[in-house]
Amino acid sequence: MSSVSTDIPIHADGETVFPDTVWEEEVAFIDRIPRPIAMIGILIVFIAVWQGLTSFGIVSRIILPTPWETAKDIVFVGKNLFSGGYMLEAFWMTTKAVLMGFVYALIFGFSLGILVGETSFGERAVLPYLVAIDTMPKVAFAPLFLAWLGFGIASKVALAAFIATFPIVVAVAAGLHAADDNACMLFRTMGATRWQTLFKMKLPTGLPHIFTGLKIAAVGVMAGAITAEFLGGGNGFGELIRVAASQLNTPRVFSLILYLSLLGFALFWSVVWLERRLVFWHSSTVSGINK
Amino acid sequence: MTLAAQKAAAVQADLKGRPVYQLRGVSKHYAHGHIKALDTIDLTLREGTFSSVIGPSGCGKSTLLKIMAGLVSPTRGSVVLEGKPVTGARRDIGMMFQQATLFPWRTTVENILLPIEVRDGRAAAKAARGAAEELLNTVGLKGFEDVYPTQLSGGMAQRAAICRMLVTKPSVLLLDEPFSALDELARDFMNIELQRICLERNATAFLVTHSIPEAVFLSDIVYVMSSRPGQFVETIEIDLPRPRTVEMLVDPAFGQYVNRIRNRLDKGAFV
Repeated sequence: MSSVSTDIPIHADGETVFPDTVWEEEVAFIDRIPRPIAMIGILIVFIAVWQGLTSFGIVSRIILPTPWETAKDIVFVGKNLFSGGYMLEAFWMTTKAVLMGFVYALIFGFSLGILVGETSFGERAVLPYLVAIDTMPKVAFAPLFLAWLGFGIASKVALAAFIATFPIVVAVAAGLHAADDNACMLFRTMGATRWQTLFKMKLPTGLPHIFTGLKIAAVGVMAGAITAEFLGGGNGFGELIRVAASQLNTPRVFSLILYLSLLGFALFWSVVWLERRLVFWHSSTVSGINK
Repeated sequence: MTLAAQKAAAVQADLKGRPVYQLRGVSKHYAHGHIKALDTIDLTLREGTFSSVIGPSGCGKSTLLKIMAGLVSPTRGSVVLEGKPVTGARRDIGMMFQQATLFPWRTTVENILLPIEVRDGRAAAKAARGAAEELLNTVGLKGFEDVYPTQLSGGMAQRAAICRMLVTKPSVLLLDEPFSALDELARDFMNIELQRICLERNATAFLVTHSIPEAVFLSDIVYVMSSRPGQFVETIEIDLPRPRTVEMLVDPAFGQYVNRIRNRLDKGAFV
């Protein structure tokens, strides 16, 4: 310790002079890049690599179109969509399947979730079966739904709902268990009925869990609808992709996927928007996915 | 009747006031009678008195409170509140816990009105808003009506919880270590608040606590409880003038009561 103190210079008149200890805190270069520049930079690098792969003949043009070809097709598909062409009809078909699938998933997910989370009958007798089904690859059920419900929209809705139901069940059941003992006792002393306790306390308490499940379901419902359209035809976007792929029209496949992702985005962000409105009080909403 | 119970009866005979709560021979056994969480508890709470039970962790005092509140059934015995047997949750009981348990999606005033909303519906809760605001005013939370609880400090949240407990005008207050999560300064302040509220309303209250000074400060009677079996081993009447003040915490008479309880806890209650 003494060696430290002797390092501090002492003036002739015996007064100690303390050196400034203001210093620069280190931030890595990569973290100092402003967000817009960082995001555009990644996009430029991505397109440059893509261009390189095609123009140097590393990957055959038949399999991987150039960025420019893809961009042209994106504009073409966009024109068709926004002028109300046959692609818009297909897009609307898939949107209907996705939305209906999501609504059914919500109905089944909440009903089963409440049964499992609220009753010990549900937890002991129903949950094991749900877990067993959940471990199966649910896409493998697609041929069954096609056989049962035909090649129309019903089979697409069914697979979409089937995939999206399980994350909602799990999330609702977990959410209902999030209520603490004091809150339950408080509701009992107030003479609350079971439904009052459920709707005024347990479900709101569980909303952060529930929304996590809804976001997973929103992604799953898209995958379900498109998978069913790949396998079962119909008039949706999945069928357009399948046809384009079979003709090796790869620019078309890329642009269709891009517009399809808009649907997924819209659904996901609607859920996030609702979450922010309803779960404004929870820290996960404040610091969660992007502010 | 045990010796302690006789003493309790003697003390309470001296106190005036109508009996609000009556417990006779209340026992709670677990594991087929091998664990006696509570053993033949006799207790009478008279109108306008403040009683506390103090004892080591796990002595069964929280179980006692739950039995009184009708949340748990006793194995044996009788619990009567306002002349009616307690066989389930009762709406004429106000309860407070260690945590304020305010719901973060409701504003402060909505939290306070929750018991009315549950009992009589939304319209009744809306109509009672004025009463809730008045309550908030009396605990110094005027202007915080429409603030969400995440913005309240621990002490403010507990004051809001007091308002929620009082809004239905319960005939008895059951307090389960309500201030033990607060810091020392907030705790002293809350005890004074609680005393003022109880005196103003002539409230009948029953407090479970770990803190000997808190029990002495607030109570007319302190019950010292032992564990396994959970029994009252001593009943101490606190004969200090009201309203009690912070200065009394260093009063010799106050210290004597604290010492007496501490000695009793050291001697027998932990065995």
